[in-house]
Amino acid sequence: MIEITNKKIDVQKVIDAVRSPDCGAVSVFIGTVRNRSRNKDVNALEYEVYDEMAEKMIKKIIEKIKSKWEVNKIAVSHRIGKMDVGEITVAISVSAPHRKDSIPACQYAIDRLKEIVPIWKKEYAVDGASWVEPHA
Amino acid sequence: MKVNVKFFALGRELVGNNSLEIELGESDNIKNLIERLQNEHPKFKELKSFVVAVNMEYADMQKSLNDGDEVAIIPPVSGG
Repeated sequence: MIEITNKKIDVQKVIDAVRSPDCGAVSVFIGTVRNRSRNKDVNALEYEVYDEMAEKMIKKIIEKIKSKWEVNKIAVSHRIGKMDVGEITVAISVSAPHRKDSIPACQYAIDRLKEIVPIWKKEYAVDGASWVEPHA
Repeated sequence: MKVNVKFFALGRELVGNNSLEIELGESDNIKNLIERLQNEHPKFKELKSFVVAVNMEYADMQKSLNDGDEVAIIPPVSGG
């Protein structure tokens, strides 16, 4: 399951999408809006996406995971639009027969998502709004 | 040839557009396209860091372009 949505993420749905009788492990990562960033108080985040390419890159990440670990299913849901502090921005779930595969696969999924998936966030802080440049 | 250039985030704000149709010479590559954009939209030069995707695959600056290509200007991504 790959979902890019402007609605609230249903975490249970992301988990249920990967559950399977032959899997003893489901690992989940949930990203939320943090109230501080780069030494500033953040009120909200706004996400923008290059839809079709984002889906394509997420598919690539999923294929790579399946070649590296013994996993069953992977689900990724990313929210776009404006979100307040504490709201869920992204949820990823990975099912596998064993946790030794699901846990590193889930970490890899969020790490790669942050590196190659064309999604951008703008931070709304007290002194104005600016696009986040991760390596700046 | 004509390519469709898409802009996102800071790039979109600097150019003031989501997308532009650009007419190029037959042998032009991505580098030529970037130079065109920087000449025609001086504010675009303020975008210091970006990569380019052609038809939704990351590409290097020397890649040649074809009529109808979708070229995206990708500022540093920050999803998650």
